[in-house]
Amino acid sequence: MKSAVVLLPGLNRDRDMIAALTKISGTPPVTVWQTDTEIPDVDLIAIPGGFSFGDYLRCGAIAARMPVMRAVAEKAAKGVMVIGVCNGFQILVEAGLLPGALMRNTSLKFVCRQVKLQIANANTMFTRRYQPGQIIRSPVAHHDGNYFADAETLRRLEGEGQVVFRYAEGTNPNGSINDIAGIINGQGNVLGLMPHPENLIEAAHGGSDGRALFESALGIAA
Amino acid sequence: MIKARITVTLKNGVLDPQGKAIEHALSGMGFDGVGQVRQGKVFDVELVESDKAKAEADLKAMCDKLLANTVIENYSVAIT
Repeated sequence: MKSAVVLLPGLNRDRDMIAALTKISGTPPVTVWQTDTEIPDVDLIAIPGGFSFGDYLRCGAIAARMPVMRAVAEKAAKGVMVIGVCNGFQILVEAGLLPGALMRNTSLKFVCRQVKLQIANANTMFTRRYQPGQIIRSPVAHHDGNYFADAETLRRLEGEGQVVFRYAEGTNPNGSINDIAGIINGQGNVLGLMPHPENLIEAAHGGSDGRALFESALGIAA
Repeated sequence: MIKARITVTLKNGVLDPQGKAIEHALSGMGFDGVGQVRQGKVFDVELVESDKAKAEADLKAMCDKLLANTVIENYSVAIT
């Protein structure tokens, strides 16, 4: 399985994502820059976390309008898997590849800690190596992770199993509606989540709860 | 040249934690009788365009495509 990582000015988790994909798949991902209009043939495109364009205007808003995101949208329409983590999730939402919006945390504080996540849907390309309802640990680090969608969108997300990760009871760090931490598109190939599974993939991280996500997506046996 | 002011505000029903914090600060400062506070954004845009109708259409397109996130925000365009 081949992967690509999208690079944009202001991202700062790109090295973590590249390290995780390299360690888990055995092959370094190709990198694509914001001005690239074509993405090589890959099975998975990852948009890492950080503060693209300084979070100016709205988190992810400017990155979402860069040429590379048109290329990501074209690949996504063809069924290529896309994962956006943290700022990557905000970019996917701003690009219209995922519904809803990510707003300022209700606490108004930047949260940087470990939370518990419940696997709300284990029947996706990204979560099939987890058990339904399984609780995993994951770091979060964000200021704008408060997921919001209008009532109709929310009904659709909940009804169609598009909520993939939920903050486990009592650990919602940002006020997200329905404790939503990550969602998938209707086609089932574009995933966005605020937590950082790429930062919990080996013993040196203090755990490997995030590893199964990449093993699921990359089709690697546990 | 045309100058315009674009105002972007949160839609009703969308929680505004920053507005709430400002509201509490104002009350704490002794400004009694402050009701709800909602925070928004203002953009002053200069256009080379001289046709008002064309300018207005362009400004609305800018709002829809970038300046506002219409999932959570409303906007208004005023040519000054």
